[in-house]
Amino acid sequence: MELAEIISPNNLIYKKPKLLTDKTMHYCPGCGHGVVHKLLAEVIEDLGIEDKTIGISPVGCAVFAYNYIDIDWQEAAHGRAPAVATGIARTNPDKIVFTYQGDGDLASIGTAEIMHACNRGENIVVIFVNNAIYGMTGGQMAPTTLLGQVTSTTPTGRDASLNGYPLKITELIAQLPGTSYVTRQSVHTPAAIRKCRKAISKAFQAALDKKGTAFVEVVSTCNMNWKLDPVEANIWMESNMFPFYPPGDLKDGSKNDPASYSPLKN
Amino acid sequence: MGELKLMKGNEVIAEAAIRCGCDGYFGYPITPQSEIMETLMEREPWNETGMVVLQAESEVASVHMLYGAAGSGKKVMTSSSSPGISLMAEGISYLAGAELPCLIVNVQRGGPGLGTIQPSQADYWQSTKGGGHGDYRLIVLAPSSVQEMNDFVELGFQLAFKYRNPAMILTDGVIGQMMEKVVLSDYIPRLKDEEIEEKYGSWITSGRKNSRSRHVITSLELDSGRMELNNIRFQEKYAKMEEDEVLYEEIQCEDAEYLIVAFGSSARICQKAVDVARAKGIKVGLLRPITLFPFPKEPIAALAKQVKGMLVVEMNAGQMVEDVQLAAGCSIPVKYYGRLGGIVPSPGEVVEALEQKLIGG
Ligand SMILES: Cc1ncc(C[n+]2csc(CCOP(=O)(O)OP(=O)(O)O)c2C)c(N)n1
Repeated sequence: MELAEIISPNNLIYKKPKLLTDKTMHYCPGCGHGVVHKLLAEVIEDLGIEDKTIGISPVGCAVFAYNYIDIDWQEAAHGRAPAVATGIARTNPDKIVFTYQGDGDLASIGTAEIMHACNRGENIVVIFVNNAIYGMTGGQMAPTTLLGQVTSTTPTGRDASLNGYPLKITELIAQLPGTSYVTRQSVHTPAAIRKCRKAISKAFQAALDKKGTAFVEVVSTCNMNWKLDPVEANIWMESNMFPFYPPGDLKDGSKNDPASYSPLKN
Repeated sequence: MGELKLMKGNEVIAEAAIRCGCDGYFGYPITPQSEIMETLMEREPWNETGMVVLQAESEVASVHMLYGAAGSGKKVMTSSSSPGISLMAEGISYLAGAELPCLIVNVQRGGPGLGTIQPSQADYWQSTKGGGHGDYRLIVLAPSSVQEMNDFVELGFQLAFKYRNPAMILTDGVIGQMMEKVVLSDYIPRLKDEEIEEKYGSWITSGRKNSRSRHVITSLELDSGRMELNNIRFQEKYAKMEEDEVLYEEIQCEDAEYLIVAFGSSARICQKAVDVARAKGIKVGLLRPITLFPFPKEPIAALAKQVKGMLVVEMNAGQMVEDVQLAAGCSIPVKYYGRLGGIVPSPGEVVEALEQKLIGG
């Protein structure tokens, strides 16, 4: 068979999402960011909302997300994406706004912004890629770095007495009344990717339905800074990160009823 | 002719925001300007004009909310006082770097640190020469009356959108807390989304429609060659502001042998000082910079050829005096007089300083 016959339209069962640009990604081989970008592009295309979706890219490895998904973007200062998203969402209630953030961005320098955006129940989607390290700046400790994990600023392993404990920010977020859907996913196997895609789709649907903040954590690898090859990194993630950051839904519903929040009695 | 009212400076900022068709206010409480957000919350403009008002978790969040909303073409503002403006410095630099129009009101109080809640002008350098990182400028308007608090809200927005640059109203606790009569502006309706699209559709993030190319609001450019070009473009914009947007007021300068230079609340005090000095036979005039950036260099240079000396009066340790010295050159003495830490000088003190420092006591 000729190549042209094989790739005839009736034989196609998979294609690059229309919204994914042709720009070569700068991500390291094995990195999860590219897969998450692809899922986002697919979901936005499926829901047909590219004409009203605005993405907020972080400071971190995904800073250039705007080069890869063909929608309008704003590039935020480090950690401030939820505030930027709030500004857009509040003044443009008919738009769909999402942030895309790493663990340093979301759970360290931007802790206040993410907690309060989620607590207010801003009608936004948050995509949180947790690779337990600062990828962009070369592998320093992140708030989510595990105890004992070696990074360039914890060369003998993270020590609770010296560096504090890893932060389960998603568990905190799930407690906040403004969140509607909080889930933890991964993209290391085809099955996980399919589940993650469903979760991202559900999160965007929640925003379309104005249910409150929808939050998707993607536990991910940074094999380059973990100093492992991509396959070893996936194994390391499964055996070390999953026990501490277990995949699955943490909250599924809509933001809390204010009446259940003990309003003042007359 | 608009409505005549007796109002506090801070309340007027809120009223002017609603009336000029502002789309959103994001802020965090701090004395001496909390009345701005309180007035807005009481007025509930979301019911009247659709303007959004949000109390943010911090000034850091407020300024980045401005970034998001401004990037979508909305007419948005924040207000704070000195310590809060320091927290906003990051966002202000990003707003300037991404070329986003918005209005920031600083009702100054005395510093450094938590300082005092009393009025001060010690943020002159912070406002006019940076404050945040990188080579950028803000358009800085310095009102000296409650009327100008009203007028400069719309003016600030107009300049901000004209140059796609953040504008600041730099005022202080004196003007913010003072009650005066004011003619309020007439209502301008908020722009509809279609109108925003028509005016700013070439750059805003409003959703990629009709297969136009995507819009990206960013201050990032890793290619140094292109980043230099960005910076050159910014500098050209600032130079254009210096050419076209300088505002100042001259009071009794025609026959002046001495000149006082003062802005904002200090200028109000100096106006009285001019009267007191003239009653004593001293021929003194007042030049009041209204735009602190762009700074009125030329009128000062022109007056430097006329007067025997200049006294710069400011409620700080001598900040604007450096700009006046640069503009005036070295042919005449340019002296400074000021009070610090929240103390407001009296007209008598200013006349005394004029006599001692310039005329020879
Ligand atoms: C205010 C500020 N502080 C520090 C930095 C430097 N910086 C850039 S990215 C980054 C960490 C990013 O890590 P993470 O959010 O986990 O994302 P990743 O790169 O791992 O995807 C830091 C500290 C910055 N750009 N701005």
